[in-house]
Amino acid sequence: MKFTEYLKYLLIGLVFGFVLIKSEVVSWFRIQEMFRFDSIHMYGIIGLAIIVGIISVQIIKRKNLKDVDGKAITIPPKDASQVTRYILGGSIFGLGWALLGACPGPMFALLGSGLTIMVIPILAALLGTYTYGILRPKLPH
Amino acid sequence: MTACNFGNVEFFNYDWKSVGKWNFTFLFGSVLGGFLGGYVFTNPEPIQLAASTISDLQALGIQDFSGLVPDDLFAWNALGSVTGLIVLIVGGFLVGFGARYAGGCTSGHAISGLSDLQLASLLAVIGFFIGGLLMTYLIYPFILS
Repeated sequence: MKFTEYLKYLLIGLVFGFVLIKSEVVSWFRIQEMFRFDSIHMYGIIGLAIIVGIISVQIIKRKNLKDVDGKAITIPPKDASQVTRYILGGSIFGLGWALLGACPGPMFALLGSGLTIMVIPILAALLGTYTYGILRPKLPH
Repeated sequence: MTACNFGNVEFFNYDWKSVGKWNFTFLFGSVLGGFLGGYVFTNPEPIQLAASTISDLQALGIQDFSGLVPDDLFAWNALGSVTGLIVLIVGGFLVGFGARYAGGCTSGHAISGLSDLQLASLLAVIGFFIGGLLMTYLIYPFILS
């Protein structure tokens, strides 16, 4: 793939990071506020994103839209019968999300905003991912 | 390929060069976006937080409300305190481990998964709130005190 083909990924990432900062969803304070149910801020942003997403996915599916390479867009379904994985794994993620006040995307956007200390949670998250890779065969899913 | 897979863990045995390049480009883009939004066009005003959240956090000892994150926890010297270590290292570890275990994070499950009306993503989001509420109401007060 040539550089110009990567440009679209770079630009979409740039918009993603910019919006994460400007909507303040990267803020530890906003996460604290959300889990206290003190403001509609986070629920409004995530809720609106889901509404836009539902409409987009429906348009993609009903019109059989193709991606930029002309291939059909398919969204592989997740296996909802793996209840343990989603509830337990989700709860572990939730503990970390409330503690750190940032999920994976915001960690990198905050790093870009000049918060160099974010390299520490980023490295810790990579270690967490690696640990999951090692423990995966032994964990209930 | 295996040079990046210490210990040859099966979960990481995929062709990261073909799958990973656009991911890395996107990730680099989001760092640039953070730079533009949070450094170049930075908002000088403090966040308009709910008054009840501010008083709750002040009671827990948070003093800096000037930026996107409190300086009390997100500065290099925070690594010198047990609280800072727990927030930055344990927090980061749980986010990384949990996101992989649950097969997705906030954007993956809460936004993209729910947009596709996936039951699995609803279960994961319920999990996010079980963990988040436990941390906020039961565990965080101990960590900050």
